[in-house]
Amino acid sequence: MKPKFRQLPRKVAMVGAGICKFGAYPDKSSRDLFVEAYKDLEYSVDKGLDPEVIEAIYIGNFSSDLFERQGHTAPIMADSIGLVPRPAVRVEDACASGGVALRQGVIAIASGMYDAVLVGGVEKMTNLPTAEVTDTLATAGDIQYEIPVGFTFPGFYAVIATAYMHKYGMTPEHLMKVAIKNHENGALNPNAQFGVTIPAWMEGRKAAAVKKGKPVPAWHDEMEFLHDDGANPMIAWPLRLFDCSPITDGAAVVLLVSGDLARVFSDNPIYITGSGQASDSPLHDRAYLTTLAAAKLAAQEAYQMAGVSAKDIRLAEVHDCFTIAEVVATEDIGFFEAGTGYLRAEEGVTRRLGEKPVNTSGGLKAKGHPVGASGVGQAVEIWKQMRCEAGERQVPGDIPLALTHNVGATGNTCVVHVFARD
Amino acid sequence: MIDTTRPFTVAAFNQYLSEKKLMASRCTRCGELSLPPRAICPKCYSGALEWMETSGKGKLSGFTSIYIAPTFMVEQGFNRENPYVSGIVELDEGVKISARILGVDPKKPEEIKVGTPVSAAFIETGEGEARKTYLAFEAS
Repeated sequence: MKPKFRQLPRKVAMVGAGICKFGAYPDKSSRDLFVEAYKDLEYSVDKGLDPEVIEAIYIGNFSSDLFERQGHTAPIMADSIGLVPRPAVRVEDACASGGVALRQGVIAIASGMYDAVLVGGVEKMTNLPTAEVTDTLATAGDIQYEIPVGFTFPGFYAVIATAYMHKYGMTPEHLMKVAIKNHENGALNPNAQFGVTIPAWMEGRKAAAVKKGKPVPAWHDEMEFLHDDGANPMIAWPLRLFDCSPITDGAAVVLLVSGDLARVFSDNPIYITGSGQASDSPLHDRAYLTTLAAAKLAAQEAYQMAGVSAKDIRLAEVHDCFTIAEVVATEDIGFFEAGTGYLRAEEGVTRRLGEKPVNTSGGLKAKGHPVGASGVGQAVEIWKQMRCEAGERQVPGDIPLALTHNVGATGNTCVVHVFARD
Repeated sequence: MIDTTRPFTVAAFNQYLSEKKLMASRCTRCGELSLPPRAICPKCYSGALEWMETSGKGKLSGFTSIYIAPTFMVEQGFNRENPYVSGIVELDEGVKISARILGVDPKKPEEIKVGTPVSAAFIETGEGEARKTYLAFEAS
């Protein structure tokens, strides 16, 4: 199939964005997290939000059914913020649910169907023990042909990693550098689940050992810590614990309006100028294991729609569910040539003060990965960075263009958005 | 003689596995091979397909040694101390499939090489009604 490249029929503006602090909250349900994110959004709308204007609600959510035994989540979220009887739609595309919900919102506004819609994402994952969370996430894989042979999600991405290592000469140490970078960024994000750098984490572990009267670990640096099988256990070789995003509770929400209304709500609106999405077969049924073809297609569609290219993009939030996923993502969105993403990461190009900052929020890795919320959470970070509201982690200089890249499962769904200033 | 009149379903594929046959579907119009089998050709959209037994021989495209196992693998005795290897195999016919990988040391994954030649093996678990066959490949 040859994709037809289209322009948005009318402008779509993001005029508000909110997020709750990601973490593990035994006493909070999805709706509590969603309400927190919505309240944060209300505060972000420069000229104030009258909820009466909101016409429809799109909610990214992967599996409240299995995580919380609650199906039919969208009207519950709408009701929690007083927005019934507006139509409320749940969007499910695994870990890309949030990004695809955002795309539904963009389509709704661009088509002229609605003038103002709320797009949210929410996931409450920590009610279940870890093994059951792993089993729940595995339902995003092919339960007939992939899961019965023992695959887990870390396992799938580990396969991508071994294929990539073999083809391009990357080592597990290169992946550790990605984790170090994202924790550096997460430490500057007050909403991150793991808001500490890896050196700070190591100091914490040492202090805990002293307190318990146990032998104090003698790590000299981060790399030594990350090679320690006790502190950083193997999950699915070559991926260790610190190569994996955590299990997270969280919610995020953005407000989209038609371009002509942008200034009614905001002094500094951010426009979504490109949206692309593609799907793919299970990992084994693809020509290449070292790239996500659907992500490349989604990026191509989003760039063409926006009339820009990768070199124009100042920064990106990409789907680093695992460290290898960030390396592959930076290639798939065209920041770097295939097989060179790990080298650019090692050189610091993707660090916050590098030439192409990636995951200034800390990414899924450090900020946390409440799966259905992650794609919307990425848009919230772009909102903050482009409006110079990212606090300590603000990327210096003007940010005219930015991008989000959100992946479901092993790239069976990929969705990319391009964001622009006026 | 293989019964090739079965429908192109997961159940039929699994039935073949229990007979120790790794079967693909082939489009009779354009020749496209699908593994796992499909009921509709992804290349020319034809619904005219036939079963074809694969050679079961191929090479490892990517792999992992899994230390944190899903519940059903934990029940089979796999865990942090007893990891197992899963991977993706490209058959000589050019199609790929997910499978368990045997004949390698799960505790020494750094010694396992992409490109290792493998041939189909079949793992059988359970008895009677609960009997199941899982696809595996053995490093040769």
